[in-house]
Parts: sequence; structure tokens; C-alpha cells
Amino acid sequence: MTALCALLFRDLRLAVRVGGGALTGVLFFLIVVTLMPFAIGPDLALLARMGPAILWLGALLASLLALDRLLAMDHEDGSLDLILTAPVPLELAVVVKAFAHWLTTGLPLVISSPLLGLLLNLEAKASGAVALTLLAGTPALTFIGLIGAALTVALRRGGLLLAVLVLPLTVPVLIFGVAASNAAITGPVPFGAPFGILCALTLISLVIGPLAAAVALRQGLE
Amino acid sequence: MRLRGSDLACVRGGREVFRGLAFTVEAGEALVVTGPNGAGKSSLLRMVAGLVRPQQGQLELEGGDVELTRGEHVHYLGHQDALKPSLSVRENLGFWAALLGGDGTKSDVALAAVGLGELAQLPAVYLSAGQRRRLAVARLIAVERSIWLLDEPTSTLDAAAQAMLADLMRAHLAGHGLILVASHGPIGLDGAKELRLGQQVNQRMQPP
Repeated sequence: MTALCALLFRDLRLAVRVGGGALTGVLFFLIVVTLMPFAIGPDLALLARMGPAILWLGALLASLLALDRLLAMDHEDGSLDLILTAPVPLELAVVVKAFAHWLTTGLPLVISSPLLGLLLNLEAKASGAVALTLLAGTPALTFIGLIGAALTVALRRGGLLLAVLVLPLTVPVLIFGVAASNAAITGPVPFGAPFGILCALTLISLVIGPLAAAVALRQGLE
Repeated sequence: MRLRGSDLACVRGGREVFRGLAFTVEAGEALVVTGPNGAGKSSLLRMVAGLVRPQQGQLELEGGDVELTRGEHVHYLGHQDALKPSLSVRENLGFWAALLGGDGTKSDVALAAVGLGELAQLPAVYLSAGQRRRLAVARLIAVERSIWLLDEPTSTLDAAAQAMLADLMRAHLAGHGLILVASHGPIGLDGAKELRLGQQVNQRMQPP
């Protein structure tokens, strides 16, 4: 337990120190969302209708941006070898790393989304709905991304391949995330159904992600 | 405690690195692994650490803690120092001590032992290559583990630090530890056994 706490606090500390990139994702999110009105035009009704989808896409791309830091940096400097000799199961170690990653890249997206909702003419209720679905859905993005990060860990500059691997797997999360947001805002589907599926997707990825990542890491390090 | 390898074979990237390798290291003994580049010195150490699976053969650890895997008995000091540039010297060491199962009380002693006591607050990015290696060596002292796997540990160390490392190794052996060290040069351990790798490779490369 001490070991896992040490890993968590180290990763959090690294993220907020120089070169950690904790806020880069949020800035990227901000830029993507700000660009949308320029591309779509100043139609407020249209922006409000597309708002949840834009926020979800922006969050998806922003969380993808930092994924190649999740494991590759520990692999490059030899830390991963030592983590493998630590008296903690690799599966739990990657859970902790992914959780720290979500705290520093996913959670800031959730927190900033209501603010960005203002830019898209979303009402308070709609912004709240999007933030809630992001809170439930971004862990799934991180833990699905964990699999991709583990698969590409041995490749130098594997970030591009990582994006190609991970994005298709995130489609269900995107679908139900946006569906749940729209259900809360406009209906007619009740909010609970798509939101329940979104939570289920997150729970599944919380289980499968670390197991698959640990297998991939053990293979990849040889 | 005894570490025994028998009939080990290693294949990396489809190429056979070594085969039919056997060795035994008892508590209090050091085994110096020598051989030309590419002979499999690092692969052997990584195999003992559990980072590489042997293609065939057995690696057995007798007399160890049955609750722990072989990898959890070893200190692996590889070519990379596993330091984070944005963390301070003390934070780097403290993290590894906590993760590898140390009690955290020996970090300062370890830093002093490798001559980094005065740099404890300095971010690791400002350390020289030799200082980085010293900090990696401090890990061996901060956490007690019975098997040390040292992969060319002296490559960036100056004469004083090499003598310091030799002292640490002697102390570890005196405390019934095991050491496997891959090296090209003398490492200052008297009476260490030597395991030569690469002879088969040379034979294979000779024209028929």
C-alpha cells in the first residue's frame, strides 16, 4: 500500500513539475472548443445543439494528447524495469499510474468543461450534464488508452500509432457520452439509459485496461 | 541462499544469444559476468531479474522468501539510472525506497554513503552522469535486498566512486548477499567467480 501511494504521489508530483504537462491537455481542450465557432459560424442555436458533441470530441482528443507520457517516459529512463521488481503486482501499479494520469489530465477536463460550455452557448443545465458524463466517461478514455500506451511502450515516438490504436476503441464511450448528454438536455430518451451504459463502459475498461496493459508490458519489455 | 541457473538459453529478436549456460552463486559470493559486446551479459542479468524469460533451462532461488518472486529479491542496476529530472535527489531516492519496500529511514544514510548528502535538495536534472549513477547506487543501500544485479556499474564512476562501490559490494557479500555483476574491467572484488560468455558465439563465427 505504501508502495502504491509512493507511485501515485510521484506521478502527481511529476505531472505538476516542469515539463509535466498537466495543463497542456486543458489548454488543448480550450483551443479545440474555441476553434469550433470559427469553423461552424456564429449560429447560436446550432452551437448549442452541437455543444455536447464538441465538448466530448475536444475532451477525447485532449486526453489522447497526453497518453504517450503515461508509460513511455518510465520506459525510456528504465523506471519500468524497477517497477517490475517492486513487491506490487504490475496490474495494480498500472492502475495507480492510470489513476494519477486521469487525476492530472482527465479531471481538469471535467472541471473546465462547464466554463467551455459558455463559449458554446450551453445552458447551465446542459453544461452540468456534459460535465457529469465527462466525469463518468473520461476514466474509460484513460484506461482504454492505457492498453494502447502499454502496446506502444517499446516504440520510440509511438504517439501517432497510439492514437490510431486507441481512437477506434473509444467510439462506444463517445457515442454513449454524447447520447447521455443530449438525453439530459433535449430528451426524449431518459438520461438513465445511456448514462448507465456509459458507466458500464467505464467499469469494464477499469477491469480490462490494467489486465491487458500488464500483459502487453510483460511481453513488450523482453 | 543460493541462485542456480542450469542449461539456460536466451533468444533476443530471433537471434540466439547464449545456450547451455549454467552457474551457481551462493550467499556471500559474487559472480563476475564477462564477455564481448553482445555476448548476453545484460540479457543474463535481466533474466535473473525476471525481466526476460529464458527460452529454455531453469533459474532457481533456494532459501529465499517463498512469498516473494525472484524479481522481488533483486536490485537491478541497469544501464539506465531510472531518475526523474524534475524530482530532487532525495525525492528520487525516497520514491524508489518506498516502492521497492524499504522503510524509508535509510535514505539519508544511503545518500551520505554515496557522497550525495549535500545535494539532497538538488533536482536530478543538474546531476552529472557519475552523480546520477551514484544516486542509483544509493538505492542498493536504502532498500535491503539479497541479490544485486549490477550491469557495468562502474562505467561512469570516477576512481573514488569505484572504490566506494567495491566497498559496498564487499559489505553486501559479508552480509551474506549475492552479487552478479557484468563488467568489462576489474571491479575490485577478490575471490569473485567469473562466468565467461560468448565463447560459443566465437566458435560459431569461425569458418568451418
